[in-house]
Formats: sequence, C-alpha cells, structure tokens
Amino acid sequence: MERSAQPLNVVVLLALIALAGCGAGGGTAARRPAAAPDPAASSRLPILTPAELARADSGRGVYTRADVAFMQGMIHHHAQAIVMARWAPAQSARQDVKVLAARIDVAQADEIALMQTWLRARRETVPDPLAPPHQMAGHQMPGMAMSDTLMPGMLTADQMKRLEAARGTEFDRLFLTFMIQHHEGALTMTHQLFSSPGAGQETIVWQFASDVEADQSTEIERMQSMLKTLSQGRSQ
Amino acid sequence: MKTSPFRALSLAVALLSAISCARSASTIDLSTSPPSPDPRVGLKAGWWDPGVAMWNLNHVSHTPPSAGFTNASTPGDGRLTNSDLAFTRTWVFQGNYSGWQVWDVSNPAKPTLAQAYVCPGSQSDVSMFRNLLFVSGESTSGRLDCGLQGIPSADTVSHDRLRGIRIFDVTDVAKPRYIANVQTCRGSHTHTVVTDPNDSQNVYVYVSGSAGVRSHNELPGCSALAPEQDSNSALFRIEVIKVPLANPERAAIVSSPRIFQGLTAPPRHGEMPADAEAARARAAARDSAQAALVVVDGAPRAGGGGGGGGSAADRIRRGPTQCHDITVYPAIGLAGGACGGYGLLLDIRDPSNPKRIGAVADSNMSFWHSATFSNDGSKVLFSDEWGGGRAPRCRVTDKPEWGADAIFTLVNNQMTFKSYYKLPAPQTSFENCVAHNGTLIPVPGRDIMVQSWYQGGISIFEWTDPAKPREIAYFDRGPMDATKLVGGGHWSAYWYNGFIYGSEISRGLDIWELKPSAFLTRNEIDAAKLVHLDYFNAQEQPKIVWPAHFSVARSYVDQLVRNNGISPDRSKAISRELDKAENKSGAERRAALTQLATQLDADSRSAQDAVRVRALASVVRDLAK
Repeated sequence: MERSAQPLNVVVLLALIALAGCGAGGGTAARRPAAAPDPAASSRLPILTPAELARADSGRGVYTRADVAFMQGMIHHHAQAIVMARWAPAQSARQDVKVLAARIDVAQADEIALMQTWLRARRETVPDPLAPPHQMAGHQMPGMAMSDTLMPGMLTADQMKRLEAARGTEFDRLFLTFMIQHHEGALTMTHQLFSSPGAGQETIVWQFASDVEADQSTEIERMQSMLKTLSQGRSQ
Repeated sequence: MKTSPFRALSLAVALLSAISCARSASTIDLSTSPPSPDPRVGLKAGWWDPGVAMWNLNHVSHTPPSAGFTNASTPGDGRLTNSDLAFTRTWVFQGNYSGWQVWDVSNPAKPTLAQAYVCPGSQSDVSMFRNLLFVSGESTSGRLDCGLQGIPSADTVSHDRLRGIRIFDVTDVAKPRYIANVQTCRGSHTHTVVTDPNDSQNVYVYVSGSAGVRSHNELPGCSALAPEQDSNSALFRIEVIKVPLANPERAAIVSSPRIFQGLTAPPRHGEMPADAEAARARAAARDSAQAALVVVDGAPRAGGGGGGGGSAADRIRRGPTQCHDITVYPAIGLAGGACGGYGLLLDIRDPSNPKRIGAVADSNMSFWHSATFSNDGSKVLFSDEWGGGRAPRCRVTDKPEWGADAIFTLVNNQMTFKSYYKLPAPQTSFENCVAHNGTLIPVPGRDIMVQSWYQGGISIFEWTDPAKPREIAYFDRGPMDATKLVGGGHWSAYWYNGFIYGSEISRGLDIWELKPSAFLTRNEIDAAKLVHLDYFNAQEQPKIVWPAHFSVARSYVDQLVRNNGISPDRSKAISRELDKAENKSGAERRAALTQLATQLDADSRSAQDAVRVRALASVVRDLAK
C-alpha cells in the first residue's frame, strides 16, 4: 500500500472525527459514559498535534469504566499478594521463596502506588488497599462482578488462614500453589480488560496491564519450576 | 518557548569544554575516587529546572521536545513519552508514543528540528537502514492512518488498527513517505534490524512484543492458544520480517521461529548450601558465591513437557512466549535475546532462521530487557527492566542485584555469570529508575558502556573486568516532581560518532561529550571519536574497527600506564618514540615506527600486560604501512 501521508493534514481531519467520537465514551449501550473528560467540551479548536490533544483532555487521555474498574480491582488484588508475601520471611524454609516473596512485595507495593496515582489524577475513587473488598459497604467492588464475590485468583478466607498457619515446606508448597493461582487471576483480569470494548487503550493502563501480563507470566513459570522441585523433595 | 536553563548551562559548559580542549591538562580531574558524598543524592526536583549532577562529562546541549510533542500543562503525560533513538548521517530519529521527531545534529550544541511526524502508537521504537525508517507499534490504539483518535471504543475488532512495524522512506526527511506496514499478531514492542553479511539485497527485522494476541477476526491467522492446541499459535515465537531493499513496500513476515521451544530449566540462587552443591555439580568452573543462575540446555529438547501438572493453573506456561529485545551482532553471527525470564544466545548466521544455542536464567533477574556484547564477543551483558521502567527501583532499599545488569563471559557459546552492575547512586521513590538502554563507547582495549537509568540519569561504566564493573562518569537530574512519581528520565543513552545522545522521556534530547579524567584520557576519547558509522541502531551491534592512528596507539600506552602493564620507564620511552615518529614523515616515519614495533614485540615478552603490548605493536605496525 503506497501512501504519502501528509501527517498534519490527515491528523486535522481525524482529530475532528475523534472529537466527535470521544465524547460518547464507553460506546456500547450497556456501559456508563466514559469517565474521561470530554475533549470536545474543553477545546473548540481543531486538534493538530499530540500536545494539543493532551492539553484538551488535561493529560488524562480517554479511558473507560473498565479501565477504572481494573485499576481499582487490581489494588485489592495486589494487596492480598503483599499480605501473602510478607509471611514468607518468617514462615518459609526456602531462600528462593523468600527472595521471590520479597520481590512480589516490592513490585506490587509500587504498582499499588501507581494505580492510586492514576485514579487520583482522574478523580476516581481510590480504594484503600487494606480494606478487604468484600467488606466494603454498599455495593460490589469493581472487578468482582464476574465470579461470586472474589476477583479472579484471590484466595478465600479459608485459604488465607491455611497459608498463615503453615510453616516450613508446607508453607512453601501452599505459598507457591496459591501465588500461582493468584497470578493466574491477575492474568485473567488483564485478559478481561483487553477484551472490554475500548478498554486498555489509555497509555498508562495499557503499559501497566501489559507489564502485569509479562511480569506475572514470568513469575508463574518460575513458581511452577520451584513447585516442581519442591514436590520432588529437592531444595533449590 | 523561553530558553531552557539547561541550554544556558550547556552553552557555558560547551565553552568551558572548548577551553579545556586546548590541551590544558591542569583542568583534568585526576582523582581516582568519585565525588563524595555522591552529588546525585538530594537533587532539586523540577521538570525544566531540576538540580543536575555530572561527573566526567560535558553537557553539550539540551533540547526540549518540539511544541507539538510538549504538553506544558501536564508533566509526564504518557502519550508524549520520548522513546528510543536511531541515527543516520547527522540525523537523530527520536521515537515518541505519539510519533517521531528528527533532529539535525550537525551542530551538537544546537540541534534543530527536521521533522515532527504525528503517528501515535507506543512505543515507536525506531531503527534505520539507509533511507528506511522502521517504527514499532504495539498499543491497541495505534492506527494505520496515524490518527490521534485511537480505535473507537466499540470496535474490539478493527481494520484501522496497526500493531506491528511501520516502514517509512525518509530519503527526504522533510517529506517522509509512509510506504508499508507489516501487521503482526502481538504488535511490536521493540524490533531489531538485522543485516546479513552475505546478502546485500535484503535486510531483516526481528519483531519482539510481549503484549496480548489480537483476534483472528482482526488479523487472520492469529491464535492465542497454546502451541499444543494450535500449531499456529502466536505465542512462543518471534516474527522475522524480510525487507527487499529494491522493493521495501513488499516487506513481509518470512518466518516465525520458535526459539523458546524446550526451555525448561528453572532459575536458581546460590544462597543455600544445597544450591551451592547443585551449582558445583553442574559446572565446576562457575563462580559459585553469588551465582544465582543456571546455564540451561543449549539445544531444544524434544517433547518439552516442562509444565507438568495439567491443571488450569498449569496452562502450559513453559518459558517465555516472546522476547523483549534482541540485540544482534551480525559480524560474529550471534544475537542476545532478552526473553521473559531468560537470556538467550542465538545463532543468526541464517537471519531468517535464528537458532537458540544457549540460555541463562537468574532468579535475581525479573524481566530480561536487552543485551550488549563486548566488541570482541567474549562477554555479554543483559539488563533487567524490573518494573517496566515505571517503578522506582533504585531506592536505598532496592537490592543492588535487582533491576540491574548481569554480566557474563561468553566462551564457546557458554555464558558464565560474573557480576551485577547497578547504578550506584540511590534515587528517590519519586524517580522511576531501573536498568535500560545503552551501548558501547568505542574505546580501544576496554569495554566501556553508557547506559540510561530513566530518572537515575545515565551511567558510564567499564566492564573490561567482567567481575568488577565500575562507574567512570555520570549525569543525573533531580526528580520531575518533589511530591510524587511523575514519569521521566532517560529512555536511551547511546554513543554515536563522538557524542553521547540521550532520549529524555519528558524533557527531550540531551547530548554530552566525554571529559578526560583519571579513568579516560584525551587519547582514549580521541580514539573513540575516530570510529565513524553511517548509521546506527543500538539493537544491531556493529563490529568496531579502529583506523591506524596515533591516538589509538597512545590509548594503549595510557592503559599500560594505568594498569601498570609495563614498566614506567618503557611507557615513557614508547611515548617519546611515538611523538618523534609523528613529527617525521614518509620513509623516516615508517622506519621509526617499524623499529618501535620491533621493540614492542620484545617488550611483550616481559610485560605484565602482554596482550595490550601486542595490540599496541600491531597498531604501530599498521601506522608504519
């Protein structure tokens, strides 16, 4: 396909089309209007450059309810992983499990800060990571809609009790098993995000969700290997 | 736009450097210890007026992004992220999540904007080959028509979407022609231009991307099923694009090598007695103490089957499904693939069929990011972009082996871990910081590299001794914001034809010059500046060859002085002989140099650093020709 794009001219046209489209937000009937500020409302001028677009929407980009639900839900999801990880130093028998847990703790705590910053900048509700989602008063938590009460992969209260009580090799076996389950759930959440119409396009959400996918897949693979050596009775 | 304070500063620095270049050795900092306390700690925050700490560099210029790519009211807007750099002639191509910009750096003190092309789609990783520009598109909002509006929300399947490689003809930088797209199932996070020394008709592009697989309704043939369920799975493979140079618009995928097949061995630590035992059993020669790694099987194993189990949780995740980045070194027929939890060594002598010949894993490494070979191919450095570049991973509390570089020796295609290198200055929790893109600085006889660390700035370090990397120069700005993490910092820092170029995510383009110090002499810098490339992509490593020049010879002499590789008397005498020979001409010069080379042959028999003396003799002999 031979094209000689005159980028700015093309962009003028498309930006105008975009302005018409953006205000509609979520798009499908079932969705609430997009949470994004409406660029058309804040700028009547044709948008020619990325900078103008960025100024028009106050640097927030277009995002959907699914993006917000993902960021809110993942805060709780991460918070549980951190609780699990912080048991490892005292309860694990394996150095590699302790190292992995320490990395999960650091990584997911930073990511919670990222999600909170993102939500705050968009004046969305910022969940308290320490408040268990099922105890939040009033209504269902975002991200929890699809299965019972918990987000995908999250440990039940019973599973958490078992892990908290476990020591040594039993802790390691449960920790790896549950953390694989937990990470798989995070991957399910990213897949759900990306299969929601229009979701996952905002730059930070896109990058963050892609990072979760890449990092947690890598960690799942690592944990499966560790679990295998554990079941073979070898300490690594 | 008002003149940036950086620019004023850099002008002053440039003037100072011009003065210091006039051979006034007294201005050279000959201290062998870095400034203490480290001035990078506690720098003032600010988008355009942060504090700056710099050691053994001159800041030649700082150029803010062009107006169309700067949103002055929102610092750190991710859509305006400046990404990677590529170089051709006197142009620097700078990717941006909203397109790309071209800077004319004929005068590095004053780069001028040659193009600001609007075409959103992260991460706009850029590469050059002659008149062709390749740009990566990965995000779901990238459009074929380069529109700013993204893909309308209702369209989960869209035929307007571009995920893959965009190809431009930039013969005239002022009028780029968008000539082709190559769409891929997972898009392109990064890519690597691969030249084949035996094929002048084509170039190849290796596509890396770790994002999700798109629907087959959008791009026929795309499948996110495991290879066991669908042999056409888009997972567990890379894509190879062949670009016919006579008809680049016919660029197309020619193969999808499954270089991850059979990767089964787990990463390990050496911190427990059992680990140390296992490590010894595996390879007696390996450094045991810190070695948190294992050399994995070289060839793919038949059957695979590593996942075991079979439960839903096991969803057949065996090894990485993609690479983040592949650095090719065509001159030695090898590539280093940074792929998920592994560092892979690939044989690329047949560029469309790269084959895995080695792999390492390391439990201190999270997400392997990129590779750099030493010029002689005896070492390879892998970086770990833990946190994806958005997290602050250089705090006092972050371990020095996390989010760092891992350095390996490479002997007979066996990678052996030697050490980690991490930016030695702690950064605040408001600075995204982790190992990122870098390149070699072509100082003969030494392995020196410049690397970006996002808001950790750039760090120049030597890894000639792979077990003891050390920093020799740096540049760092304070955080973007004093109260919260606002994205910024150096995405890339690369050496190109005498200068170091840095792509600053939120602040634009920086250019530095090396300053002589106790760690690097004027001769070594001059020798590095002799290396001239017509174009440069960091992911395609060129073999560096130095022309016969007195500064190359003097670099070796300076190094012999620095490492006591030869007696002080001899080094002084050799320097005198080189000076005398340079002042002669024709046959007289040739005779003097030939005589010196013969003396050096004799020196090499008793010298502490015989290898370097022989390298010196060889340069002197070439100079005599």
